[in-house]
Amino acid sequence: MTESILQLKQLSFAFPDKQVLKNLNYDLKRGDFLSIVGENGVGKTTLMRLILQELKPTSGTLDFLPNRQAVPVGYVPQFRNIDAEYPLSIQDFVGLNFAKIGVPWLTAKERQRVTEILTETKLFNIRRRPLGQASGGEKQKAYLAQALLDRPSLLILDESTASLDPVAKTELLDLVKQINKNQQLTVIFVTHDIPLARRYADHYLFLSPGQYEAGNISDLTNEKVGEMNNA
Amino acid sequence: MLSYPFMQNAYMAGTLIAIISGIMGVFVIARNMSFLTHTLSEIGFAGAAFGIFMGWQPLNGMLLFTTISSIGVGELGAKSSRRENSITAISALAIGLGILFLSLADSNASYATGILFGSVIGISRANVVQMVILSVSVLVVVMVIYRYLKFDSFDPIGAQVKGLWTRTLSVIFLVLLAFSVSVAAQIVGSLLIFILLTLPAAAAKYFAHTVGMMISVAVAFSLIGVWLGLYLSYVTNWPVSFFIAVIEVIFYFSALVYQRMRA
Repeated sequence: MTESILQLKQLSFAFPDKQVLKNLNYDLKRGDFLSIVGENGVGKTTLMRLILQELKPTSGTLDFLPNRQAVPVGYVPQFRNIDAEYPLSIQDFVGLNFAKIGVPWLTAKERQRVTEILTETKLFNIRRRPLGQASGGEKQKAYLAQALLDRPSLLILDESTASLDPVAKTELLDLVKQINKNQQLTVIFVTHDIPLARRYADHYLFLSPGQYEAGNISDLTNEKVGEMNNA
Repeated sequence: MLSYPFMQNAYMAGTLIAIISGIMGVFVIARNMSFLTHTLSEIGFAGAAFGIFMGWQPLNGMLLFTTISSIGVGELGAKSSRRENSITAISALAIGLGILFLSLADSNASYATGILFGSVIGISRANVVQMVILSVSVLVVVMVIYRYLKFDSFDPIGAQVKGLWTRTLSVIFLVLLAFSVSVAAQIVGSLLIFILLTLPAAAAKYFAHTVGMMISVAVAFSLIGVWLGLYLSYVTNWPVSFFIAVIEVIFYFSALVYQRMRA
């Protein structure tokens, strides 16, 4: 049986004025591609912040298995403050993630890893282009490459495709799916886009106010989406 | 020209200042801190005036004031709108205090203009030694935390996701900036210090696409500005900060034109 890497047990979270998540249970297996769907305000971002340990559960538990250190997390947010004049090249931007105290320059091994990940994410040919001048899809690929640089076991795509055109969306998710399959990378894909979730995910976690439903992605029918949104 | 000890001191100090400013400037620009750098220089003016009032070296007064206020600004928190207004208030207070201390110290006007606009002849060998110590300290700390600083300055969201101690980094950076402002003010003066800490780096970002290259270009621009400025000041007897300002502004606008032409 596939091992679990993240377990949510009776997980609840409330802001002072609003209960957001209530008694959420989920067992995330290694190599899974989980799509978290639901309307705005149902707690998708709150759940991500709990996973990233920026927030603490009000009750219940959220455990990485066997422990937090054993599950490095890569995170690709929807927005970055990268304007047209942003000077760093795609290569230099990706390499930023090798952050440590000590030697200022990247070692030969680290530089080799940057090249590897740029090739894997199909950015190698444009590695010297300033990120500010890259297209929306190329930027998201660079964010993805940066998140994958130090070989995370869990990758979170937080609405990462929301601002992309259909072609760029497919390109990015094809890439993620390929890495998910080939390297057993566990993926959490937060999205509004149900058809996109159906196309790429193995499982879903549907959040709606005060409740949730989880299952195989093939069970996420249009009727179910309608029911959950009206609940 | 270089047979005069005061010019030797000025060139040694100027070289140090250009190197430190070029390096720190790249992070100042990446972190959008030009405005804060300007304010720190005004706080430096108040500090220098306080130093004179107390009978200390102006540099020591500057270090005291800029360091305390840089930690204070770091503690003001991340809300940028509130921070801008607070910085304006602090800046007003600093200029007021500077004028008060100068008047209480009953110093002559040339001393005041020296602090505000910088001076070539005012740099002693002891000043140079102190500046070397400060500059080397800044450089060593920047080297040790370079990769963290780079990540946090050029991709704050990524750095936060990675779990870097961004708040502490911010305070460390501000203290380094305070040291740099105090050192650099010795030649260009506290009113014009932000020139060297912003313009060479702002121009460099149009020519270079790695942090290392940006630093090299920014250091080169500030070195040319300082060396040429000192020479022209020696020849014409006009203020050195005037020449440095003009040279750096030329670099900056040329960079903008270069960028436009390429686009």
